[in-house]
Amino acid sequence: MNTALQPPASAYFITEEKEQNERRTLAVLVDNEPGVLARVIGLFSGRGYNIESLTVTETEHEKHLSRITVVTSGTPHVLEQIKSQLARIVPVHRVVDLTTAARERGHDGPIERELALIKVQGIGEQRLEALRLADAFKAEVIDANTEHFVFQITGRVSKVDQFIAIMAPLGLVELCRTGVAALTRGKEGM
Amino acid sequence: MDTSPTQPAEQMTGAEMVVRALKDHGVTDIFGYPGGAVLPIYDALFQQDDIRHILVRHEQGAGHAAEGYARSTGKPGVMLVTSGPGATNAVTPLQDALMDSIPLVCISGQVPTTLIGTDAFQEADTVGITRPCTKHNWLVKSINDLPRILHEAFYVATSGRPGPVVVDIPKDIQFSTGTYTPPAPVEQHKSYQPKVSADIGRIQAAIELLASAKRPIIYSGGGVVNSGPEASRLLRELVELTRTPITSTLMGLGSYPASGKAWLGMLGMHGTYEANMAMHQCDVMLCIGARFDDRITGRLDAFSPGSKKIHIDIDPSSINKTVHVDLPIIGDVAQVLGEMVRLWREQTKQMDRSALSEWWRTIETWRARDCLAYRPNDNVIMPQYAIQRLHALTKDRDTYITTEVGQHQMWAAQFFGFEQPNRWMTSGGLGTMGYGLPAALGVQIAHPEALVIDIAGDASVLMTMQEISAAVQHNAPIKIFILNNQYMGMVRQWQQLLHGNRLSHSYCEAMPDFVKLAEAYGGVGIRAEKPGELDDAIAEMIAVDKPVIFDCRVANLANCFPMIPSGKAHNDMLLPDEATDEAVANAIGEKGRALV
Repeated sequence: MNTALQPPASAYFITEEKEQNERRTLAVLVDNEPGVLARVIGLFSGRGYNIESLTVTETEHEKHLSRITVVTSGTPHVLEQIKSQLARIVPVHRVVDLTTAARERGHDGPIERELALIKVQGIGEQRLEALRLADAFKAEVIDANTEHFVFQITGRVSKVDQFIAIMAPLGLVELCRTGVAALTRGKEGM
Repeated sequence: MDTSPTQPAEQMTGAEMVVRALKDHGVTDIFGYPGGAVLPIYDALFQQDDIRHILVRHEQGAGHAAEGYARSTGKPGVMLVTSGPGATNAVTPLQDALMDSIPLVCISGQVPTTLIGTDAFQEADTVGITRPCTKHNWLVKSINDLPRILHEAFYVATSGRPGPVVVDIPKDIQFSTGTYTPPAPVEQHKSYQPKVSADIGRIQAAIELLASAKRPIIYSGGGVVNSGPEASRLLRELVELTRTPITSTLMGLGSYPASGKAWLGMLGMHGTYEANMAMHQCDVMLCIGARFDDRITGRLDAFSPGSKKIHIDIDPSSINKTVHVDLPIIGDVAQVLGEMVRLWREQTKQMDRSALSEWWRTIETWRARDCLAYRPNDNVIMPQYAIQRLHALTKDRDTYITTEVGQHQMWAAQFFGFEQPNRWMTSGGLGTMGYGLPAALGVQIAHPEALVIDIAGDASVLMTMQEISAAVQHNAPIKIFILNNQYMGMVRQWQQLLHGNRLSHSYCEAMPDFVKLAEAYGGVGIRAEKPGELDDAIAEMIAVDKPVIFDCRVANLANCFPMIPSGKAHNDMLLPDEATDEAVANAIGEKGRALV
């Protein structure tokens, strides 16, 4: 429960947030209709919720369904609100809290993977060092000439973060990340 | 347009489809304002006689009129506006309907599809602008989608927790021809399926908890009204069965009669002392179709600290939004109350009689504080007295009340006793000044024979005053009863409480002559300045079969009590007999005032 602050001459009751934030990965199955992504994003911005990562693509063409994977953070109370507010959007079919679902099945969390494309510029020893490290991270070379590489790396968010951090001093010029794709482990669907 | 609804599918233009779909959904009256992008629909309206169009003077008025129509009938309200400014003017009523859960279907014209995105004349991104202030909205891009979207719009607006929807129809779609399919007998939406039947195990748990209570209270809200007359009947039956004290939010007034034995009056910031004290000290709270709004709860960490809370709501996102509840029940109020009453009777449940009698004795001691008392005055009309007289002189009639927003609204809620649901139309969630006059127009259109009164404030009523012209045009004899204190009373009250009595811009120094204003519009103006002339003036107002502006000159500096000041709990109310100038000045703490 939040505690009330001394009222700073306000017509509202202002409280201080005491609970700790948690991170959750949500899968939201929606009708692939115009504006549906704006509805989801508008809900987050309008109600002051956080988006750490957002991934959207049509997943079932014939059923006209898209899957939105959103990584968010908030207090347990706010996270419950996010889920019920999302479920209230008319074209939303289902909202599944993958983090909670995974924990209920005895896992640490859902499978989460991300892909990044990373352009590194350099010559000589610095260029070789980038290539050696990419090899260690099992990053693929997608494009290269004598002065640059474009690496593709897939894996956990932390691995992608780490690879980017290592590339930074080796001539990182540009990067693009897909955001998180996530599924629960085990044979059951969501 | 002489088409029979039994024919399954037929060819017609988009504009004709709109009119036909309205008819198929039982719409008889719509509120709107024409403009370039809706002319084809207006042309289709011109060529038929089944749907009456009420021309307003501003699109905001159309929206509030449709809200008043919806709230007083239980049917969806429909508004029709043009693109651009027509649609942006609809934003306030849309948000108002969203916050008060009013079924409102707004049909807007849009520039032709080929011009969308070119900054065309009267173009606005209507679906973008109205996305956060509607339950759902659609931009129709093909004539083939139009019938389905129109039917879906009515389904979404009226099912589950009701709310506003927008269907934005480009002009070329209105002109083009396609196949119209009538609505399905039972609408089945692919993704939107609100849960109306609650889990029976939870309902059983709820009656067990209620039966175990020593200090129970029912806190009901607008959801009871929205659920329909059966919900109000069941609520009364449950109260009768259990003798549980009952209070209600602003939106829920009338579901339980104000003359009922178990009635405690409204709760919340300007609720009664007994209702708020009972909320604070109860051991079981049954919240029915209300949402623990911040005007209700006061300080959250001190809100009803010792109670087990049961919350019946059709919207899962209302559960645990601000107040943690012990027993949530997701479902339609009438369905849940029906089951509760049935199980209670079948299992011959009993309340703890002695505990309940003790609880009622405690409540009577709070009631004895007479928290709504005010000092009568022989020379000046006290605003509370004006409402009391208005109630006394209209209660035996078929009366509907709307309000604007402010002190007059709270006095109306406190002093006008509502006996039936759907008789009280007010802007609760959004607090829209200017709601009441157009809402009264909408109510009068729905109930032509009824007495419809907008209890107004002098500041609010000027926001949508032009709709008196629409009332004159459509022979809607609405009565605008203005508690005229020459101030934005509630703004001034807060400035007195919180801002060192510095009355920044809350005094209207150039008030119009409301009697002359009424006459200028073709209505009737009446003024009352002394308590002695009030009754006759009200009787005169009722007798006039025309729109009336009643300028009721009330005590300028009266304030609205009781009140839960900012940052205080339910058991920390400011009562009228304690509200001396000093108490008002000190109602907030030292530290708080230092921040002023």
